[in-house]
Amino acid sequence: MATAPVGTLYRGGQGMWSWVAQRITGISVFFFLYVHVLDTALVRVSPEAYDLVIATYKTPIVNLLEVGLVGAVLYHALNGLRVIAVDFWSRGPRFQKQMLWGVVGVWVVVMIPGTYYMLRHTVEALFGATS
Amino acid sequence: MSVADRSFALSQNSRNRQRSNFELYAWLFMRVSGIVLVFLVLGHLFIMNILDGGVQRINFAFVAGRWASPFWQIWDLAMLWLAMLHGTNGLRTIINDYAERDQTRFWLKMLLYVSSAFIILLGTLVIFTFDPTIG
Ligand code: HEM
Ligand code: HEM
Repeated sequence: MATAPVGTLYRGGQGMWSWVAQRITGISVFFFLYVHVLDTALVRVSPEAYDLVIATYKTPIVNLLEVGLVGAVLYHALNGLRVIAVDFWSRGPRFQKQMLWGVVGVWVVVMIPGTYYMLRHTVEALFGATS
Repeated sequence: MSVADRSFALSQNSRNRQRSNFELYAWLFMRVSGIVLVFLVLGHLFIMNILDGGVQRINFAFVAGRWASPFWQIWDLAMLWLAMLHGTNGLRTIINDYAERDQTRFWLKMLLYVSSAFIILLGTLVIFTFDPTIG
């Protein structure tokens, strides 16, 4: 195993996939944060510059990306709490599989109304008012 | 894995033998910052994307209103530092995992540290020097 990773702790089965997802969401959110601090810094340039860039956040395609971002952060946060529970709670390792289903369950339950509220304006603007 | 197990596992790794406890503290920091970030970041996302019309209502005046309060300034400052340090340390782990040549590893980490330091300083400066009457 000449190329064995150094810091990799969780391998194999759905434990591995939950870890791969933790890694991918972590990287994605981190890169978003770089850009996000830069766009927020435009408040130091002028109100017009800031409002112009924030206007892109309100377009349909970026709005959809925001749902993806929220989904990524939410998964990373929930699964992160699960990892912490496995590490520190004495019975954590025994329940780690159940906790993973808990993560998936809470994610779905939060994302359904979350997606609805996040996209409502865009859907109404594109296809007319729904109410 | 408990803290003691983690400490032992690290001491077994030859690259950490005879070294400081840095890796153990980094591991602990990921967990402590993670717990705080659950509240800060999920709260931020809820306020920005769901509450009162979500992203559609965000503009300069909105930010000016929020940063008039020290509460949100401190919230954003804590979120900036914790998320950046947590993410930078996470990326350090990932670079250690995948970059195989020592040279590559070194330069990738330098790039990471310099760009992260820049973002943390810029974000901090923006919060402290915000001027609602600009322009
Ligand atoms: C689409 C989702 C997001 C929107 C619409 C959004 C919106 C905003 C806005 C309007 C501000 C200006 C300050 C304020 O009003 O409090 C801000 C600042 C900030 N946001 Fe977000 N945000 C989003 C996602 C995130 C995420 C996922 C993170 C963390 C990983 C984050 C971290 C920050 C930080 C650290 C600041 C302070 C920046 C500085 O110091 O200059 N935001 N955000
Ligand atoms: C919302 C609350 C959060 C929690 C509970 C959390 C928790 C965790 C945990 C437990 C780990 C694993 C550390 C390890 O295996 O040693 C981790 C890794 C990571 N996190 Fe977070 N985190 C959160 C937010 C964030 C944010 C906002 C970012 C981006 C700025 C981020 C980026 C990363 C990265 C890049 C990794 C490394 C992944 C890896 O090594 O595979 N996390 N997080």
